This record gives sequence, structure tokens and C-alpha cells, in this order.
Amino acid sequence: MDLLWQTAINAMYAASYMALIAVGLVMIFGVMGVINFAHGELYMVGAYCVVFLYAQEKFPFLLSVAAGLIFVGIVGLLMERTMFRPLRKNPLGGLIASIGFLLILQTLAVLGFGRRMGHVPPPTQGKIEIFGAILTYQRLFVIVAAILLLAALWAFLKRSKFGWALRACAQDAEAASLQGISMNQTARIAMFIGAALAGVAGALTAPLVSPSPYIGHSIIVTAFIIIIVGGIGSLEGAVIAAVLYAFVHTFVTTFFDGVIANIVGLALMFAVLVVRPTGLFGARERA
Amino acid sequence: MPEPADAASAGSPARRAAPRIVGQVAGRLRFVALFAVLAVLPYLLSYSQQEIAVLLVINVLLVSSYRLLTLTGEWSLGHVVIMGVGAYASALLAKRLGVPVPLSMLIGACMAAGTAAILSFPLFRMKGFYFLIGSFAAGEIIRLIWKRFTDPFGGPKGLKRIDAVPDIETGFLSIDFYEPVNYYFLALAVVSVSLFVLYRIERSRIGLTFHAIHWQDRLAESVGVDTFRYRTLAFVIASFFAGIAGGLYAHYVGAVNPTRFGVDQMVYVLVWAIVGGTATFHGPILGVVVLTVINEIVLRGLGLDTARPLIYGAILILSVLYLPDGLESLGPRLRAWLRRRRREPAAAAGGEGGEAA
Repeated sequence: MDLLWQTAINAMYAASYMALIAVGLVMIFGVMGVINFAHGELYMVGAYCVVFLYAQEKFPFLLSVAAGLIFVGIVGLLMERTMFRPLRKNPLGGLIASIGFLLILQTLAVLGFGRRMGHVPPPTQGKIEIFGAILTYQRLFVIVAAILLLAALWAFLKRSKFGWALRACAQDAEAASLQGISMNQTARIAMFIGAALAGVAGALTAPLVSPSPYIGHSIIVTAFIIIIVGGIGSLEGAVIAAVLYAFVHTFVTTFFDGVIANIVGLALMFAVLVVRPTGLFGARERA
Repeated sequence: MPEPADAASAGSPARRAAPRIVGQVAGRLRFVALFAVLAVLPYLLSYSQQEIAVLLVINVLLVSSYRLLTLTGEWSLGHVVIMGVGAYASALLAKRLGVPVPLSMLIGACMAAGTAAILSFPLFRMKGFYFLIGSFAAGEIIRLIWKRFTDPFGGPKGLKRIDAVPDIETGFLSIDFYEPVNYYFLALAVVSVSLFVLYRIERSRIGLTFHAIHWQDRLAESVGVDTFRYRTLAFVIASFFAGIAGGLYAHYVGAVNPTRFGVDQMVYVLVWAIVGGTATFHGPILGVVVLTVINEIVLRGLGLDTARPLIYGAILILSVLYLPDGLESLGPRLRAWLRRRRREPAAAAGGEGGEAA
């Protein structure tokens, strides 16, 4: 029973950062209609921001995380301007270009920091006990930060004018531009937020995962599983699917092993693709 | 300087009027010349370059088989894993069951084709992006099974000491396939035959139907084409030849492991196909040859081994942005550009047009 409860707590931590990553990927897809294969590498870049600023240059942890968020957001803007905007008419081309970008980011990380895993000393050492299960402050911090960020994003999308524009573009880009919404401006905002969410997830979890230049691969696989299960284009679906997948994955890892958990996750995605390609929660199909 | 330009302009109407036979002979001659070059090539290379040439020949088959699949408009991310199915199957058949090696390759290729046939039922319910992700998931599952189940598949370390192709020993002739030169010729023969078959398939009625499905799938369906069956057919044939490539690889290198058939390798296949251009049969072959030469000669020569993926990535992005039809479109583009130049005042155009011709 203790093990079950402890595993549930671990799953909540996994769900929190997975949700950040998947929501970012969905935002980019929603507005630009392109699947960003380099999303896992944006996570990796965020983690290396913390490796560099916090572990090597001894800046405060929170400042390093904020820097990671902004830096990766800017990388996202760069991607939008150089690749996704010229390839707006060609979503497959955008996807393939993002694979090229993935290779570039990976190699830059290898050149800058080496192939070996980076080590980030934990900023806090403490832990709390919740009904017998142990939760380190570091993990608790990730969970709280993820909830706050997602809540802020939700408020931004529902309340602000930009949020309206963003949702309008996701629904029907042509109609939105007829209403005077600037497609470029909206794409920039979506790309910045989407990339920054991946970056901040990497930055927050850097002390817990020992970042390596090749960490993006497992991240993008996870993100794909979540957005397919949740339904591409559905932000709420992505959050629910992240929680669902995190629980499945953590429990299978604990009671069997990690490789089996990955196989189960992929099989889950495969089953959803076969049975219900719009995802479990995505009613809308993007034209 | 104006002389060569004059000769070219005088020659072109004559060439146009010449009987078709001349064109056919010229085409045959081109093939003879190509094979002559390919036959001499290994003797001009160093030992390590010969080894690269063997892998290049195998990759030509891999990327050409991939193109057959893209004819129907579907982009798979599982093709390298299918190649791995051929490699693993052939290696296990030879190692565990003692099947003689060339036969094991053939059975391995059939198993790759069989895997594709089974996968086609779930996969071809999907299209476009969903197919891409679905094929990725299916490939990863297969790869993780190799990784997890140590008993037949050897786990993360894979299979080692795979039987080599047996030596040919007759009275006057002995061929040792441990030598890269000899394996090069073996691979070249197998790949040439495979390419010929792939080419004939593409030019056949079946190949035309693949094209029709790509560009007008609803219309093709409405005239009675069973698109599901043709998509499956393309997938199965492409997988068979990918399996052959896998068998050639396994018995040459002597070791296979799950990482060798990972997404990174698939990315390289994508890069070759896209940089070369998939509109023609020779496009992807051009892509893999040009990029391998750049990779092995230029980058290795400059000592830029670590930066290799970066340059590959940059080439991929630039070609998607600026050369969407691939390297193969460079020739026609250049010719069109020259023709435009030639129409301009003779003084300016004559010299340059002649030089390029």
C-alpha cells in the first residue's frame, strides 16, 4: 500500500513536467499546424541553461530557470522566423526542417558541454512526508511551478486579447486573418510560449534528471504519446493525457521495468491511433 | 570563345533529328560507363574507404526502397527498423539454425516483408502525419523488444559474431568475402538486381497506380483502385528490399544492435531522400552518394567528425527551404538558366554558355 501511494506521488511529479512539454507542443501545432520534432531538444536546451548558469556559473537557481525559459522562447522565435514561417504552406516540410534543427541543437550541446551527462547539484535538500510517502522539495517545486504556469497560461488564453487571437487562429487561420488578426504576430506568440514551456520544463527538472545532449529523444517520444492520446490540438486533452500517461508509465516502471513501460506507452498511442485517431479527448479535427 | 557556342547551337537541331536508336545506344553506353566506373572504383580507394563504399552501396538500396514507399505519398519513420528486421532475422537464422547465409538473407527479407504486411492493417488506417507517428511507434516497439528480450535478440548489446558470407572455393577461383573489395562486388551485384526490379515495378502498371494514389487517391478509388491493397503492396515490396539491405549489412559488419536501427539512422535516410529529391528514381541515390562523399571525404578530412550531425541538419533545413525538389532538380534548373542566358546578347551569353556545355 505504501508503495502504491509513493508511486502515485512520483507519477504526479512526472505528470507535471510532461504536461508542460505536451501543452507547448500542442500550442505550436494548434496555431501553425506543424509538428515540432525538435521539441525534446528545446527541453534539453532549457536543462543546459541551468547546467551552465546554475551549476557552472553559480547564479541563483530561480534566476537560471527564468533565463532558461526566456532563452528557449527566443530559440522558438528563431525557429518560427527561419523555418516555420517560410514553410507555412508545407507542414511536412516544417516537420522535416525541425528534424534538421534537432540535429543542430544536439550537436551544439555536444560541442559546448560534451557527450557525458551533466550534473546539477540539488538546490534544496529537504523533503516532506505525505501520509508516509516521501516527496522531495525539488519535486514538489516542479509540481507547484507546473500548476502555476499552466494556470497562468489558461488565464492568458481565456482572458487576454492575445489569447482570443491565438484561439481564433487555431480554429480557422483564414477567418482570423480576415478579422484583422496578424498571423505572424500570433504565430510568434504561440511559438514563444510553446518553446518556453518546453524550456522551463527542462530547466526545472535539470537537477533531477542529469541532462545529456541526447535526452530529447525520450522526451519527444513521451510528448508524442501524450498529444496523440489527448487528441492533437486539444490543450485540456494534453493535460489530462499527461496525467494518465504519467500514472501508467510510473506504475509499470515500478512494478515491471522501464523498457516495458515504454513499450506499453507506445502501444497505448498505437491503439489510440488505430481506434480513435482524433484522440480520447479531441473532438475537433483540424482541416 | 564564340566557337563552342556556335557548335552547340548547330549541334542541337541535328541531335533532335537523329533517330531514336542513337538515344538508346547512348543510354546503354551511359550504363556501361557507369558500371565500368563502379568496377574500377574500389581499386582506387584505401581500405577504410572500401569499407565505406560497401555501406554506401547498401544504403543506396535502403533509400531506393524507401522511395517506393513514398510514391504512394506516405512517409514512414519505421523503414530503418524494417531493415533491422531483415538483419536480425537473417543473423539469427544463420547463427541459431545454421541456415546457409545467402538463403538466410532471402528469408530475412521475406520476414521484413511479412512484418510490413502485418503492420499494414493498423498503419494504413492512418494517413499523412498520423501514419508518420504510427510507423514511428510501431518501429520503436519493435526496437524496444530487441532491447528488452535478451534471449534471442541479445538485448542492448545486440548480436555479435554473425556468420559471414561463406568463401567461394573452386579449383581456380577463390573469393574471400572478408575482403571489402569482394563484398563490395557482391553487394553491388545484389543491389543492381534489386534496383532493376524496383525500377521495373515503378514503370509498370502497379507503379503508375502508386502515383495515382499519391496525387488523386479519391479519384483512383472511384475508378476501382483498392488503395488499401496498393498501399500495402508498396509497403511490403519496399520492406522486402529494406530487409535485403539489412541482411547485406548484418553479414558484412558481423554485429547488429538496437541502436543501429534507431531514429537517428532514420533521419539520415530522410535527409538522403529529401536532399536528393524523391520525384525521380535517381534522386535519392544521388542524395545518398553526394552526402556520403561530402561526409566521408570533406568532413572527415577536415576533422569535423563531431560536428557532422550539425552540418547534416543545416543541409536538411536549407534543402527543404531552398531546394524543395532536391538535388535532382539542379540539372534541369541549370539548363533552364543557361537557356535564358543564351537568349541574351551573344557577346555576353556565348562564352559562358559554351564553357558550361
